[in-house]
Amino acid sequence: MNIRALAAALAAAALFAAAGCGDDDSGGSSSSGGVKPPEKQQAMQQLGKGEGQVNLIAWAGYVEDGSTDPKVDWVTDFEKETGCQVNVKVGNTSDEMVTLMRTGRYDGVSASGDATLRLIAGGDVAPVNTDLIPNYADVFEGLKDKPWNSVDGVPYGVPHGRGANLLMWRTDKVKEAPDSWGVVFDPNSQYKGKVTAYDNPIYIADAALYLKATKPDLGIENPYELDDKQFQAAVDLLKQQRQIVGEYWSDYTKEQQAFTQGDSVVGTTWQVIANLLEADKVPIKTTLPKEGATGWSDTWMIAKGAKHPNCMYMWMNHIISPKANAAVAEWFGEAPSNQKACAETAAKDHCDVFHAEDEAYFDKVAYWTTPTKDCGDDRGAVCKDYSEWVQAWTEIKG
Amino acid sequence: MVAYLGSLAVLFVAAFWQLDTFTGQIVHEYSFSNFQTLWENDVYRQIVLRTVGIAAAVTVTDAIIAFPIAFYMAKVASPRARAALAVAVLMPLWASYLVKVYAWRTILAEDGILNWLLDPFGISRPGKGVIATWLVFSYLWLPYMILPIYAGLERIPNSLVDASGDLGGRPGMTFRRVILPLAFPAVVAGSIFTFSLTLGDYITPQLVSSKQFIGNVVYANVGVANNLPLAAAFATVPVVVMVLYLLVARRLGAFEQL
Repeated sequence: MNIRALAAALAAAALFAAAGCGDDDSGGSSSSGGVKPPEKQQAMQQLGKGEGQVNLIAWAGYVEDGSTDPKVDWVTDFEKETGCQVNVKVGNTSDEMVTLMRTGRYDGVSASGDATLRLIAGGDVAPVNTDLIPNYADVFEGLKDKPWNSVDGVPYGVPHGRGANLLMWRTDKVKEAPDSWGVVFDPNSQYKGKVTAYDNPIYIADAALYLKATKPDLGIENPYELDDKQFQAAVDLLKQQRQIVGEYWSDYTKEQQAFTQGDSVVGTTWQVIANLLEADKVPIKTTLPKEGATGWSDTWMIAKGAKHPNCMYMWMNHIISPKANAAVAEWFGEAPSNQKACAETAAKDHCDVFHAEDEAYFDKVAYWTTPTKDCGDDRGAVCKDYSEWVQAWTEIKG
Repeated sequence: MVAYLGSLAVLFVAAFWQLDTFTGQIVHEYSFSNFQTLWENDVYRQIVLRTVGIAAAVTVTDAIIAFPIAFYMAKVASPRARAALAVAVLMPLWASYLVKVYAWRTILAEDGILNWLLDPFGISRPGKGVIATWLVFSYLWLPYMILPIYAGLERIPNSLVDASGDLGGRPGMTFRRVILPLAFPAVVAGSIFTFSLTLGDYITPQLVSSKQFIGNVVYANVGVANNLPLAAAFATVPVVVMVLYLLVARRLGAFEQL
C-alpha cells in the first residue's frame, strides 16, 4: 500500500541526486553582465551525415509534425529529407529549459533571452559555425550578433523569431475590449477572481513595464534592471494583483483549459495559446496593450557534446529556412527571423502585422533577459538579481 | 536502503550549504542562514502552516468518511457485498493520479458539473484555492484511510461485541467503549498515509489552486532558482513534522496495525 509513497520518495531522491550532480558545472547563472563561456570551445568544422535522430527542447508550437493540426507540419518533410527523426520535449518556462539542457540528454533548445546567457555561461551550449547553415545569410541583420545570442562576435545559435506577450480576453465575458494592462492590475477590477498571470519570476517585469508607463516618477527604464525602490513597487503591485488573480498558469495547457472553461477571462498569453483556443471555437481576442509588452527573441542553440550534432545543424538550417520559418512564425504568432520567410506566409500581411522588419516597434518590446546585480547603467551594481526575483515571486504568490 | 538513507543524509548536509547568487555555484560552507531565511520570512511560515493545516484537515475528513464505510465492510456487509466494496474502494487506485486531478479541475471549473449542481441552491463552487485542494486531497487519499481501518475492524472479534451486549451495553455504548478504542490505532495508521501524502504533494496544489505548499517551494527552488541549499532546508521541515507525527502514532499503537 505504501509502495506509492516509497516510489515517490525514491523518485524525489533520484531527482535530488541528478540535480546535485548537474550543479557542479552550472557556472554563473546570473553573470550575464560580462558573460564568459567556460573555456575555448570549438564550433563544428564540417557537416557529416545525419545520425538518424535529434532530441530537442522547444516552446510549445515550435516543433509541429501535424499531430496537433494536420495542416501545421514542418517536421515531416525534414524527417524525410534528412532521415533525422525529431523527438521534442516541450519546455514551459525558461528555467525548465535550462534545467532540461543540463541533463545532457538533448541536442538543442529554442532558448529565450532569459535562458541563453545562463546556458552560455554555464557551458551547456557550444558555439555555432554559421557557415554550415546556408539559410543564416537571410536572417535579419537586426537579429544577428546580439548580446543574447553571441559573445564577442561568436554566435551561439541561430535566431528563430521574436514576438510579444499579449493580453487575451474572452469576448463574451469581457464587455469592453481592453487596451491596457491596467485591466489585470486594477484592484477593483470587475473581473476579480477571473484574471490570470504567468507563473514565473520573469512576470515581475510585466508589472515593472506597466509601472514604467503609469508611474513615471519611479524612473523605470528597463523592466529587467530594477533597483530596490522600483523592484519593491513592482512586487507590491503584484501582491495587490494576487487578490484578483483566479489562477496562475505556467503550463500552456492549464491556461488553455482555464479559458475554455471560463475560469480565466483576461490575462497575459502567447499567441499560440490564442490560436489553439480559436481552433476550439472559444471566443477570445488578443491585443498588444498601449504600455507595450514583454516579449522574447528566441535562439536555437546546440548542446555542448550533443549526441546528434549533424542532425542538429540540419535542424537549425531547416527551422530558419523561408518555408519552415514562415510556418512556425504564423502558427506561434511571432515575427520570423528569415527575411525571405515574409514571402512564404499564408497570410500575406503576416510580416507587417507582426512588425518583422520594424526595428522601431521591437524597441518597445522588452525582451526577456536574466536580471543581474549590475544594472547596466550608471546606477552600478544595485539591481536585484534573478535569485532575488525568485524569492520575491514566492512571496507574491504567498 | 543505503541509497534511500544516503540521499536523506545528503539532503540534511546540503541544507547548511549556501548559494553564491553571483555565480550560481554552491558554496560548501556550513551555516544556518537558510534556516534563518525560512524563519524570518512570514511567507514560509504561512506555507508551512497551510500545508500542515490542509494535511490535518484532509486526515480528519478522510477518517470521518472512511470509518462508516470500513465498518459496514467489516461488520455488516455479506461476503459478496464486502468483495464488491473492496473492489470499489481499490478501483480509483487503478487510474492515474494526474487523470484524477485533471478530472477535478473540470469538476471545479466555472462551467463544471459542481457549479451546475449547486446553482439551483444559489451557491457557487469553491474557487481554485485552499478548499479545492482540501476536497481533491480528501478524494485522492480516501482509500488509504479505508483499508487500514477495515483491516483493524476486521480484527475485532464479534464475540467482544456480543459480550458487551450481554452485559447490557447499548449499541451506542458498545461502539464508544469497545469498538472505537480497539479500532483507534487503525485510524491512526491510516492517518499516517493521508497526512504524509498530503504533506509531500505539490502537483495537486499547483493544478487546482494557486496556493503554494511546501513541495511547490522546494520544486521552485530546485527547478526555477537552482537554489538547492534553500530547497534542502525547506524540505527538512516536512521530515521533522513527519518524525514527530510518527512518534505520536507509535505511542497510540498504530504500528501494530500496519
